[in-house]
Amino acid sequence: MTGGAGARTGALAAARLLAALAAGALFGFGLSLSGMVDPTRVRGFLDVTGDWDPTLAFVLAGAVGAALPGYRLVLRRRRPLLAERFDLPTSRRIDGRLIGGSALFGVGWGLAGFCPGPAVTALSFAGMPALLFVLAMLAGMMLHDRTALGRLGTSRESASRGEATGRPGRT
Amino acid sequence: MESYLPALAGGLMIGLAVTLLLLLNGRIAGVSGLVAGVLRRPAGPWPVNAAFVAGLLAGAPLFLLAAGHWPAVRIEASSGLLVAAGLLVGYGTRLGSGCTSGHGVAGLARLSPRSLAAVLTFLAAGVATVALQHLVAP
Repeated sequence: MTGGAGARTGALAAARLLAALAAGALFGFGLSLSGMVDPTRVRGFLDVTGDWDPTLAFVLAGAVGAALPGYRLVLRRRRPLLAERFDLPTSRRIDGRLIGGSALFGVGWGLAGFCPGPAVTALSFAGMPALLFVLAMLAGMMLHDRTALGRLGTSRESASRGEATGRPGRT
Repeated sequence: MESYLPALAGGLMIGLAVTLLLLLNGRIAGVSGLVAGVLRRPAGPWPVNAAFVAGLLAGAPLFLLAAGHWPAVRIEASSGLLVAAGLLVGYGTRLGSGCTSGHGVAGLARLSPRSLAAVLTFLAAGVATVALQHLVAP
């Protein structure tokens, strides 16, 4: 019986891997089709005071338009299909970390026209500039996650992690 | 209007991918968090994070198979600017707990006020940065 449970656990773990691979591929395909992988297009979208290119508003509208009803339906379930529970963010705090981090990210996004998803997707065909950006991005992440520079304020974050996980308050 | 159709269709695919990851694995598809999860190598979710990133890397080659050409990509920034921007994006998305996907798609889909605040902040910062660049070097 334990052998059967072990085999089932292994099959579930393999299914989760495939699911993540498929979701990533669909995500990357969507980014490629949408024009979001093109930094000039992204910067054109951010250029609201100049020659504004509204294309990427349609990407966001499509993505949220699909995910909003999708999430509502999925979160009616007690648990996901291949895992024990939903792994959802529990922090509700709008603090300096959130705003400061988002502001730094926005500046970098505006400067290069790349955010993390499109930058990783562009690695397969955009050559050295994309690689350079992604390596710097990984360094920036490690700077936060592995040095004292990122531990400023993490005690507050870990304190808020104690909140109950599971189904979110609003669905 | 025609040029907006691929954008809308691509957006729908992104939203579907985000929904699928929640339905199947119970995870939020936030790219910055998943990539950082690959870097940090926590024992449990590492293979799943890596699988998502591998899928992302396969996205453009799959597009090539379907469309017969690579997606357009025009990178104007100099190497120095790309490195500075990459550092800011990496550090900022970790400090702010998310990026365009985690806050922008998943967070807005959950109607999270926290994510809405993050999205408004990085959009405003991006808009201001591009506007300032045009002022400095028109």
